[in-house]
Amino acid sequence: MFRYILRRLLQMVLAFFGTTLIVYALMFAGQGDPIQALAGERPVTAAQRAYLTEKYHLDATGVGGFFYRYFDYVKSLLQGDLGQSLTGRQIGDILQAAWPVTVKLALIALAVAIIFGVTAGVVAGIRRASIFDNSTLVLTLLVLGIPTIVLAPLAQYLLGVKWQLFPPTAGSQPTFYALLLPGIVLGSLSLATALRLTRTSVAENLRADYVRTARSKGLVKRRIVTVHVLRNSLIPVVTFLGVELGNLMSGAIITEGVFNIPGVGFNLFRGIRTEDGPLVVGIVSVLVVVYLVSNLVVDVLYAVLDPRIRYE
Amino acid sequence: MSDFETVAASENQAARRGPSGEPGTPNQVGAPHKPRSLAGDAWRDLRRNPIFWISLTLVVIFTLMALAPGVFTANNPNDCLLSRQHAGPSGGAIFGYDFQGCDTYSRAVYGTRASLLVGALAALGTGIIALVVGMLAGYFGRWVDAVLSRVIDVVLGIPLLLAAIVLLKRVSSDSTSARIAAVIFVLAILGWTTAARVVRSSVITAKEQDYVAAARMLGAGNGRIMWRHILPNSLAPAIVVLTIALGSFIAAEATLSFLGIGLKSPTISWGQDIDTGRIHMREAATPLIVPSAFLALTVLAFIMLGDAIRDAFDPKLR
Repeated sequence: MFRYILRRLLQMVLAFFGTTLIVYALMFAGQGDPIQALAGERPVTAAQRAYLTEKYHLDATGVGGFFYRYFDYVKSLLQGDLGQSLTGRQIGDILQAAWPVTVKLALIALAVAIIFGVTAGVVAGIRRASIFDNSTLVLTLLVLGIPTIVLAPLAQYLLGVKWQLFPPTAGSQPTFYALLLPGIVLGSLSLATALRLTRTSVAENLRADYVRTARSKGLVKRRIVTVHVLRNSLIPVVTFLGVELGNLMSGAIITEGVFNIPGVGFNLFRGIRTEDGPLVVGIVSVLVVVYLVSNLVVDVLYAVLDPRIRYE
Repeated sequence: MSDFETVAASENQAARRGPSGEPGTPNQVGAPHKPRSLAGDAWRDLRRNPIFWISLTLVVIFTLMALAPGVFTANNPNDCLLSRQHAGPSGGAIFGYDFQGCDTYSRAVYGTRASLLVGALAALGTGIIALVVGMLAGYFGRWVDAVLSRVIDVVLGIPLLLAAIVLLKRVSSDSTSARIAAVIFVLAILGWTTAARVVRSSVITAKEQDYVAAARMLGAGNGRIMWRHILPNSLAPAIVVLTIALGSFIAAEATLSFLGIGLKSPTISWGQDIDTGRIHMREAATPLIVPSAFLALTVLAFIMLGDAIRDAFDPKLR
């Protein structure tokens, strides 16, 4: 177990440096004169130039200098210092205000996926090839195939603007009700995948030997399904939902943008629109870390649940 | 990230939790049947599958639309008059006019070309990278496999949308071809991992076959064995994955254009039109609904087509 975690951790560290290096190389390196870029049209005095060169280690040139500055960037990222956006606000402050909203939205989406996806998946898995099973398969294919940029605006238009069942946008202090529709839109994709996974897994386990044994012992079907089959079937689903929580927290850019939810994704959306380079880089760097860590946690969790993984 | 999940990718996500070094990641053609009878069986299955015919028809229609948009609409998509803003249907404009006074239907028809071009070329690029990496890793095994598999793990760990945003923000050129090339490059460089795993596992299966041993005994070198014997036999599963990937690349391009960092005007793309339509949805809904329907149908057609073919080749998954 320890060896597995260690290996997985090393892999994550590699991915972390790989991604941040790409982010850094693309955003900061190779610009003409960074000091002039910072100052814009205004002239830069020699003293200011010397100060900035000293502060950002710009005197070191070549590959060595590049890595010097890259590690500066990683260091401040790890210390939580993300710098300022072009509007002058601390990016850390923006994120601090945005995280609770994003987490709330992600939890709603996850709840939708669990309640509807897993339940329908179990039913579809037990009644394979029934009308219910076939219609859920077609429905999930539709949901998986329709991109969020179609789903979110259409849901907003039909349910929010036309039939007015939900508030079309969330506003600065979103209530639970205002987050419900975006949560469903965001969760629909995870719902469809969770449903398919549960269905396949339940259907497979129903044919396992231990189910036949249980049946020949004379156990009632309800007990076989709830105790024997479900426990074994839910392992891949739990893993998937764990990965999904990480994805949902970092991947709500479109949904938050469309529904005006002041979360992390919305700030990234706005940063892209307003060409706010530092804001985009800051948020992307943080989201990458969140994504990597949540993947790691899930992998470790999976190894705990399923011993076969760690004895590789 | 969620926007880029395809059926394959999201199902694989659970699959990839499995032991990463294990050959034969699920969702692949497993047992070594006789190739001809397998293809024959698959074709018999496919012929009776209505989803296959529906999606194939849609794919053919959209391909024709991309090649010759003039056949489907007589109106010029760039003929825009503000005086016609949100006007109702008239003349050839069966869905009326959008915010800029352009023909909504005509714009959707002309938008097909950019989407399919990006999707197809990104899938092609993905296929080439995946074939090379998967073939080397699967055929040579040992340290080559170890290194390449870790590279795949790392690239798979990069969130696609976030990385695409950073990469595309770097492209400052606004010229049509430069932007299209940039989007294709970004999607291919980030999206090849799933296909590479599929190729790798089918190469591992193929290289243990008797005909490979026979070819080696006859004195064939590694290059010839890979090119003439293993490649043809591991191509089919890769093509299925790439069909599904094509659909998801189209969705990805639309998402990036929607965000304003993918294709830009004057290129007509569904993603941009959906964004404009979304902003003005209270005044008129058709400029939102028409490109949305085109995009959703195209993506669905490719994903369903790939799904149907995969089901036919691997009935175990059903």
